[in-house]
Amino acid sequence: MALLSVSDLSISFGGLRAVSNLNLELNKNDLAGLIGPNGAGKTTAFNMLTGVYLPTEGDIKLDGKSLLGLKPYQINHCGVARTFQNIRLFGDLSVIDNLKIAYHSHAKYGVWGAICRLPGFYSGEKEMYEKSMELLKIFKLEHKWEELANNLPYGEQRRLEIARAMATQPRLLLLDEPAAGMNPQETHELMEMIHWIRDQFDLTILLIEHDMSLVMGVCEKIYVLDYGQIIAQGTPEEIKNNRRVIEAYLGEEAS
Amino acid sequence: MFQRKIGKQIAILAVLIIFWASVQAMVGLGIINPYYELNLILIGINIILAVSLNLINGFNGQFSLGHAGFMAVGAYGAAIITLKTQLPFGLALLFGALLAGIFGILVGLPTLRLRGDYLAIATLGFGEIIRGVIVNIDYIGGAYGLSGIPKLTNWTLVFWLTVLTVIVIANFVNSTHGRATISIRENEIAAEAMGINTTKYKVMAFSIGSLFAGLAGGLHAHYFYTIQPGTFNFLKSFDILVMVVLGGQGSITGSIIAAVGLTILSAALQKLAALRLVIYALLLVIVMLFRPQGLMGTKEFSLKMFRRKTKDKEGKQHGTAIGQ
Repeated sequence: MALLSVSDLSISFGGLRAVSNLNLELNKNDLAGLIGPNGAGKTTAFNMLTGVYLPTEGDIKLDGKSLLGLKPYQINHCGVARTFQNIRLFGDLSVIDNLKIAYHSHAKYGVWGAICRLPGFYSGEKEMYEKSMELLKIFKLEHKWEELANNLPYGEQRRLEIARAMATQPRLLLLDEPAAGMNPQETHELMEMIHWIRDQFDLTILLIEHDMSLVMGVCEKIYVLDYGQIIAQGTPEEIKNNRRVIEAYLGEEAS
Repeated sequence: MFQRKIGKQIAILAVLIIFWASVQAMVGLGIINPYYELNLILIGINIILAVSLNLINGFNGQFSLGHAGFMAVGAYGAAIITLKTQLPFGLALLFGALLAGIFGILVGLPTLRLRGDYLAIATLGFGEIIRGVIVNIDYIGGAYGLSGIPKLTNWTLVFWLTVLTVIVIANFVNSTHGRATISIRENEIAAEAMGINTTKYKVMAFSIGSLFAGLAGGLHAHYFYTIQPGTFNFLKSFDILVMVVLGGQGSITGSIIAAVGLTILSAALQKLAALRLVIYALLLVIVMLFRPQGLMGTKEFSLKMFRRKTKDKEGKQHGTAIGQ
């Protein structure tokens, strides 16, 4: 059975139908891409998947359970984590605190335990610290654990955002333009990392990206969105040669 | 790193006990006259108010202007218990604080959906509503206020309750729950996406802050014999806010330093009456111009600050220890 199944998902803002009849199906361990020209509705689709927007029609099911109407934090607890197109880190906090916050929903002690400093507090904090450091090592940020997130270079901020999403221990990871602003070298490393975390953590990944080298390089399945509708889907090879996709990107004459 | 530092805790406790006992002895011997004692108690009450407001404004980033309203709830709640029943003072204080905390939840649930300026106006409105309601209830003295409240607040009680407030709020802030609270200030959308129930933590911070404001109110009422609705007006909220902003939003020690400093300053300027507010305002303008983040920013004052600085200097001299 599919891990994520999206059926006839639509949303209208006033008279504008930003996404209409979106159908998506991701199996466990899939690595899929969602591409399309600017304004096609990709981020809107992500926002519906994560509960930021309530769809006007359609349904989203994770492992058979509907996510419709749940708040973003509840959807996160169900096992969906995301990154943002415009980086949204907790900028004035240290790198490790960013991860610890994401571990919060798995914290092992309560408010009273914290206020009274019960033994559970110390063991809980220790566990959070160790888990966060492990993740930082994977994302090669361990030497910067004490630095403020805002002071990291751009590429590392993007990596930290992915690490933070991983800290919530998701089953489905949504990456919104993970390579935006990265140089080719960084993009290449990112591709390897996406592959690696998918295998290592048994993840399912859906990513939005404009950098075609990354999309074609890592995605096994690609959905193309234009004016809110899916115009094509298939393997990278199929998409590359699809007439409608070329039209959408380059205009009719070019095809 | 992740275990109780008993040695350090005992040292801090010892310092606190020595400080408390020496003041107590000086009051007994008459070295500290009643006027100074009054100011010491005001300092304690102001620290409780500033630190509790800092949890809401500084750590959680929700701009509240209604703190005096919750102080009023606590003051009246505690005063009614001591005046109308025979229950002990401790229970009266607890009742006042809990009542203020419950009011915090009731006010917080609807208003905390708002952001920034809107929240500030809404909390300001609620603070004034609480005052308006008190004026119109004859049972609690209406506009005349309550008088004849027994003077049960003393230095010992204020000192240790101030310590308790600081410990509770510091422990809360330095835990996963505190980090969840701070993440809302940093980026609410990201916090929600990372599985933080933002409504829960906003209301929690707001009600914990209100609870301690209520405690401060109870202490206040039982020191000054009489309370009037006018005492807890917008200007009082503003006073507390100034302490928080001046000390640094997001620094507990900053709030303590500012509360101590401003209470002493306002006592010293008492004779100048009208000029006091001018100097107050001027000071605020100067601090905002030269240190917009407040005296401490979001940092905490600790002895480590000095130690690290000297270490850095040594490191530079030897040209090593880079990235330590």
